Order: sequence, then C-alpha cells, then structure tokens
Amino acid sequence: MTPPAPASNRDRSAEGRGTGPTPSQTVGPFYGYALPFPGGGDLAPAGAPDAITVHGRVRDGAGDAVPDALLEFWQADPAGNLAGAPGSLRRDPVTGAVMGRNGVDFTGFGRVATDADGHWALRTLPPGNGHISVCVFARGLLHHLFTRVYLAHDPFLDTLPADRGRTLLAEREREGVYRFDIHLQGEKETVFLDFG
Amino acid sequence: MSLTQADIDREIAERRAAAVPGDHPARDYAPYRSTLLRHPKQPPVAVTDPEAAELTGPVFGVTDVTALDNDLTRQHAGEPLGERITVRGRVTDRHGRPVRGQLVEIWQANASGRYPHQRDDHPAPLDPNFTGVGRCLTGDDGEYAFTTIKPGAYPWRNHVNAWRPAHIHFSLFGTAFAQRLVTQMYFPGDPLFPYDPILQSVTDDRARQRLVAAYEHGLSVPEWSLGYRWDIVLDGPAATWTEEGR
Repeated sequence: MTPPAPASNRDRSAEGRGTGPTPSQTVGPFYGYALPFPGGGDLAPAGAPDAITVHGRVRDGAGDAVPDALLEFWQADPAGNLAGAPGSLRRDPVTGAVMGRNGVDFTGFGRVATDADGHWALRTLPPGNGHISVCVFARGLLHHLFTRVYLAHDPFLDTLPADRGRTLLAEREREGVYRFDIHLQGEKETVFLDFG
Repeated sequence: MSLTQADIDREIAERRAAAVPGDHPARDYAPYRSTLLRHPKQPPVAVTDPEAAELTGPVFGVTDVTALDNDLTRQHAGEPLGERITVRGRVTDRHGRPVRGQLVEIWQANASGRYPHQRDDHPAPLDPNFTGVGRCLTGDDGEYAFTTIKPGAYPWRNHVNAWRPAHIHFSLFGTAFAQRLVTQMYFPGDPLFPYDPILQSVTDDRARQRLVAAYEHGLSVPEWSLGYRWDIVLDGPAATWTEEGR
C-alpha cells in the first residue's frame, strides 16, 4: 500500500469546496474571553468635551432582552475622516492585558457585549458623516447583521421602505445622550443593511 | 415533547432539499432553534453607495497584539492537556487579494470540550493551563498561524443528544467593515458533521466543505504538533476600495 501523496490530498479537497467565500457561522454563546475587551465602548478620549453617549437594548422577536449579543461599531471621526487608527485593543507587552486606547488617536472602532439585561453603551465622538455603523453578532444569528445609528435626520432614511427609516434614528434623550434600541425581529424590527 | 436527533435530521434534509444556492447560511434556519426569535423577517436593504462608510473599516497594528497571542499553549504556567496542533492559512478577499495586517481572533473549547465560561455546565474538566483564546495580525501575503490544542466535541441543548463537532471559532476583518466575518473551522472526517444543525445551516455542499480544514502532513512538526491548513475568503462588498499599503 502506497500512502497517498500529500499534494493529491489537497487537490481532492479543493475540488469539493470550490473557490467562493468562507461561510459565516454563529458567534455562539462562549466568545466572552475572546472578543469583548475592557473599554471596548470607550472611543472618546477621557475628558473630551464633545463626547456623546449612545446606548440601548437589543431585543428578540418576543421583545425579550438579548443578553449575549456582541455589537461592533465603526465610524468617522468628527471631521468625517474614515481612516481609523490602530490601538483599539492596545496591549501591555509585559502582561498581555488590554491597556485601553492611547487617549490621542481616534480608532473609530468599538466593541461592546450586551449585559444581562440586553443593554449596551458606547461613549464616542460625534461622527462627521452623521452616523455610526453597527455590526450585530449573537448566539442564534448564523450570519451577522449590519445597521446604522443616525444621530439626526438624514436623507438616507427617506429612501427606506415606508416608515422604517425611523428605526435607524437615535432618540436624543438629553444633551449628548442618545438612545438606540435594536430589534432583531417583530413589529419594531430594525432596518438591516446589505452591502452586496 | 422533547426534540430528537431524528426530528432535527428530518428538518435538515428538508432545508437542504429546498435550498437556494448561496455561500452563507440563511438566518431563519429553524433546525438551529436559537434562530427562531433572532432572525429578521424583513429583507435587508441593499446599500449601493460607493462612498458608504462600511467600505472602509477598522485598522489594527503592532500595539493590538503581543508576540505570544498566537500560541494558546503558552498562556499559563503549565502546558495544556490535549493534542498539540498548528493551524495555518491565508486570508484573501473575493478577488484573491491577500488581506494584510488585519486582525484574526480565535476561541475554542479545551481538549475535553469545555469552555471557561460560567454558563458552560458541560461536566467535563476545565484545564487550568488553557483559556482557549488567541489573536494575530495577518502577514504581507495574508497568512496567519496559531499553535493550540485540538478542541473536544461537546453537548448542547438544541435537542436531545445534540453534540457540536470539534471546532475553532474565528473572527476576521478585511479592509472594509462590510467584509467582517465570524465563522467556525472544523476538523476533517468528524463523524458529527451530519448531525450538527449549525454546520448544516450551510446548505450548499461545496460552501460547507470550505469550513473544514485540511490535515497537511507537511505542516506537522516532527515530535511536536500536527498541522492543519485553513484558507479563508472574505465575502463582499461588491465594490471594494483599493487600498495601497494596507
């Protein structure tokens, strides 16, 4: 018996799998040690006078809180610049622990897990283009969802199907504090976006 | 009445027979019961704006990872139990271009099939020398590599006698936020594949095969570890910005 050559092994598997994109799979319930990091929602440098808080709940089709969703945020800086900066997960090279952003660069990226009550909060600078992009992951969600938080009315919202544009408009609760709930399903279902 | 594997098998077969071609799982995939209340019922709204913010994305750098982060066997005082493996591959976009300098994060159960998470009550031992979390940045050719141990299969409560095949969770970034991917890598030849509604949610046979790593003997290190290769192709967006030097 001659063992199969390693190359033929690879060729065979390549035939069966095609060349398309790698499929999505759910984030599951056990990402807690891997993905969230301390200060994940603190994009604004400490003491920034124009910092805003955006917060809300994630709810399922029964209206119940989703306690194991993971939200990611990507946004422009106050000047509308979308270059971002490294350092969202800045680590201490001695211990490997997350040290937090350096307080100078605006990384534009945030990551927040919902708490036991489905609540999340982001402390950031106002995006120059008026909105914050959101990516939603959760157990039970086989493929993530994209949406946007608009802090003020935007013509884009008028292009959305009847009346649904308001699901992307954050409610201004008070100076510098905005509320944005995400409904995965149901009457108040949030508009989710597809970038092709 | 409790849900049996036979019930789930029937549902999986029905969904496969009715499947429309596609690379990703449908979000409304009932054999995985947690989807029921968590999938939107409205279709997503297509955004074709060539200047959409989501065509750019977060960047990461040398401050975001440490040199040890891609070796999950060296994060504690002692060595973890289990079969030491290396997993290597390349991350490319839909056009085959390497995704350079981007963040790859992984997490997994230990060799006994247990996560260090308070809500994992599978009565299998925790390993004090294994957390099961790693990260790295892709290289100039989109390459990544992790040293870890082979995770165990574990039970879950989707239905009676539900078991997840061994898998490693992967999180990936492209140059565009719209390329974001969270997925799971499986090991070749796992007998649990046909029973698992999460893997079977990818109804296209070839797409599902792309979630399975290949054992590659040339990647095994003598007297040390077994080698697997798993290449990853990030989907979307249809129009990507070309970024030099990223």
